[in-house]
Amino acid sequence: MSPAVLLELRHAAKAFGAVRALADGEIELRAGEVHALVGENGAGKSTLVKILAGVHQPDAGALAINGREARLHGPAAARDAGIAVIYQEPALFGDLTVAENMFVGRQPLRGARGGRFRLPDRRIDRAAMHDQAAEIFGRLGVPLDPAVIARGLSIADQQVVEIGKALSLDARVIVMDEPTAALSAAEVDRLFDVVRALKAHGAAVLFISHRLEEVFALCDRVTVMRDGRHVLTGDVGDFTPADLVRAMVGRELAEREPRATGGGPGETVLRVERLTREGAFTDVSFTVAAGEIVALAGLVGAGRSEVARAIFGIDRYDAGAVTVGGAKLKRASPTSAMAAGIGFVPEDRRQQGLVMDMSVQQNVALASLGRLRKAGLIRAASERGMASDWAARLAIACGRLTDPVATLSGGNQQKVVLAKWLGRRPAVLIVDEPTRGIDVGTKAEVHRLLADLAREGVAVLMISSELPEVLGVSDRILVMREGRLVAELARERATEEAVMSAAMGTREVPA
Amino acid sequence: MPGGLAARALRIRESGIVVVLAVFVAVTASVQHRFLNAANIQFVLVDTTVFALLALGETMVVISRNVDLSIGSTLGLSAYLSASLFQGHSGAVVPLVFGAGLGIGLACGLANGVLVAGGRVPSLVVTLATLYIIRGIDILIVGGKEVTAASLPASFLQIPKATVGGVPDVAIAVAVVIGIGAYYLRTFRSGRDLYAIGSSPQAARLVGLPVGRRVFTAFAASGAIAGLAGVLWAAQYGTVNSSAGTGYELQVISAVVVGGVAIFGGSGGVVGAALGALLLATISTALYVLGISPFWDQAIWGFLLLVAITLDQAIGARLTAALRRRRTREPPEGPS
Repeated sequence: MSPAVLLELRHAAKAFGAVRALADGEIELRAGEVHALVGENGAGKSTLVKILAGVHQPDAGALAINGREARLHGPAAARDAGIAVIYQEPALFGDLTVAENMFVGRQPLRGARGGRFRLPDRRIDRAAMHDQAAEIFGRLGVPLDPAVIARGLSIADQQVVEIGKALSLDARVIVMDEPTAALSAAEVDRLFDVVRALKAHGAAVLFISHRLEEVFALCDRVTVMRDGRHVLTGDVGDFTPADLVRAMVGRELAEREPRATGGGPGETVLRVERLTREGAFTDVSFTVAAGEIVALAGLVGAGRSEVARAIFGIDRYDAGAVTVGGAKLKRASPTSAMAAGIGFVPEDRRQQGLVMDMSVQQNVALASLGRLRKAGLIRAASERGMASDWAARLAIACGRLTDPVATLSGGNQQKVVLAKWLGRRPAVLIVDEPTRGIDVGTKAEVHRLLADLAREGVAVLMISSELPEVLGVSDRILVMREGRLVAELARERATEEAVMSAAMGTREVPA
Repeated sequence: MPGGLAARALRIRESGIVVVLAVFVAVTASVQHRFLNAANIQFVLVDTTVFALLALGETMVVISRNVDLSIGSTLGLSAYLSASLFQGHSGAVVPLVFGAGLGIGLACGLANGVLVAGGRVPSLVVTLATLYIIRGIDILIVGGKEVTAASLPASFLQIPKATVGGVPDVAIAVAVVIGIGAYYLRTFRSGRDLYAIGSSPQAARLVGLPVGRRVFTAFAASGAIAGLAGVLWAAQYGTVNSSAGTGYELQVISAVVVGGVAIFGGSGGVVGAALGALLLATISTALYVLGISPFWDQAIWGFLLLVAITLDQAIGARLTAALRRRRTREPPEGPS
């Protein structure tokens, strides 16, 4: 006898204008299970989640909750139906406290307490609110202070607040949309414990992740989607990772073949010497040569992005030097870094890499305006020429080059950021998490692109949290831990274990 | 203590303005001893009432990440129409006139609310338009005429002059209203909803808060309060023409910001905003008493606005940094 089915969605379809985001979505969630939902970006996972969240209404399909047919007219209806959605980056109210965030719109009231007035007391009972919040955090095993202001909480803690909110609502179905994408390893472990606690309480957890190892570590069943359609559902134990990837992409991915390096690295281009920024990183020295891809590995929070930002001049550093081709860069000056030939693809493409409301072509041209300028004016024709050139070379899938970049999928947005920098023909390219949140197919394209660039003589510095990427793409691996460079591994010597143990400090590896 | 940290930051905001106020009063009083006489204090308090009331309504709107630019025009229209009720009907009852002013303001506020919440038009644009439209209607009605003190009953003109133990009645009444407003925003769900909406309108919608209804209510309240303030204005000045309240919106918004309300919503309070209004009135009176050109009034005010915003940014950044630091320090202390 299988456990109770809490939620069932069949043949769900949803189109946005001409774009068919979901053609035949299907999901079945049982009490006490952790159910993985995997698929490439654009497979329709997000649309399915938003249907469950009541944000989108499906054009077709049937939804049953506890065996009864249901329609979710809005987020409030989904909430009332016992469905809670934890987004990758929770949208909390930064100005409100943790407890207020959990109970917003339904704070406990003091209730009617036989006073002189017969009116019910509609005032918020702050003490009760904080007690209830603390009780829930206790149940989750995470000691968060209910009275603290939400602004300044880590993403992991923000997720816990959202999960606490779900519990306070007695949600039976908890949807987690890529919750681990921005978490460190320790935070992921804590989240897993929380998810197991939810499962033990009989909730159904829908867990969306790009990391297959998480699916196998945490989930009971798995559903694979591709191109807006349901592909398969089954027990996780019945599949291997290769099975799932095959189902996701609908084709066999070739084994990662070792990259053919064109006769070893050339001259040293980027030299970083004893770079230190108080509280962020200490005494970081390394070089990157022309034609070389160097990976900067480590846990989230080890200071890798901070180093990259300091090299590019976004952040100031307290000591040390950065030289490109022998010339020392001016401190805290991106202009000087760009003039020296550095390109920087930041971690957060939406906030830092792109101007979301501007068109694809304007975004691509953004870093090359000096070159496109004639008598102080930007020529639309040359801007367009440059953009269409790069769109073709990187296979950017967009309707028109004049469409706002916000309408593109994540993978294509990342290609736009890459095109923006490649248009400057950089000598050094720094890429920070180049494939985060990108589907498997585009990921491979980005990897190939980086390899091509290296072959053309670009010095590439890549920050990545994904070990297969680190091991598969780079020639040399630098590992950071707590703001220091703790290991340097040649491609041949590098294994997942070696990188991980250096990053976590379980074993000293001489730097 | 994390709660203490947050509370302290909030207290800093309001205590900052109290310090500025105290310094101003102290410096002025040391130069010109008569500054602190009863008549002067009463004058400043009465002068504050209109602005403090307007600041109450504006604060509710600003907290929800909106702005109401039409309050000056609403005040003008309400001041003229309510005062002209006395003309020809010398028997018009004073409370009735206040009711009329409130109604006129409410009508203006409802129009703003419908356009902002219903039409989803940015409030900056909507209320900029209604600023001109309401002023236009006012000019159309008033023409070249004006209501003079002579045509107003003494009982009406006495309102701002009545005192209890040296404190003007209106100041007490407005203080009570501000207190109620502050209590409402702190302890009622609909009040907290305004903060949530201003903090993140998107998240507020996702959580299922009635965003439109709350914003609509805030504008309605702001309009109604501006209408009420119009009647008070008429009683205070006695002479009302078509330019009453011109430019008040910017003074009120700056008082609100100086009082610690975040211009992009989400934080701040009514008490701070009212203190901002008090500071505004104090400065202009102090300069007058000191015999300094009124030009400096605006220059000093602008300077204070800059200081307030800069301080707000600095405190905000520092608070975030402090919270972050505390968080990173937490894990070692954690397992308890």
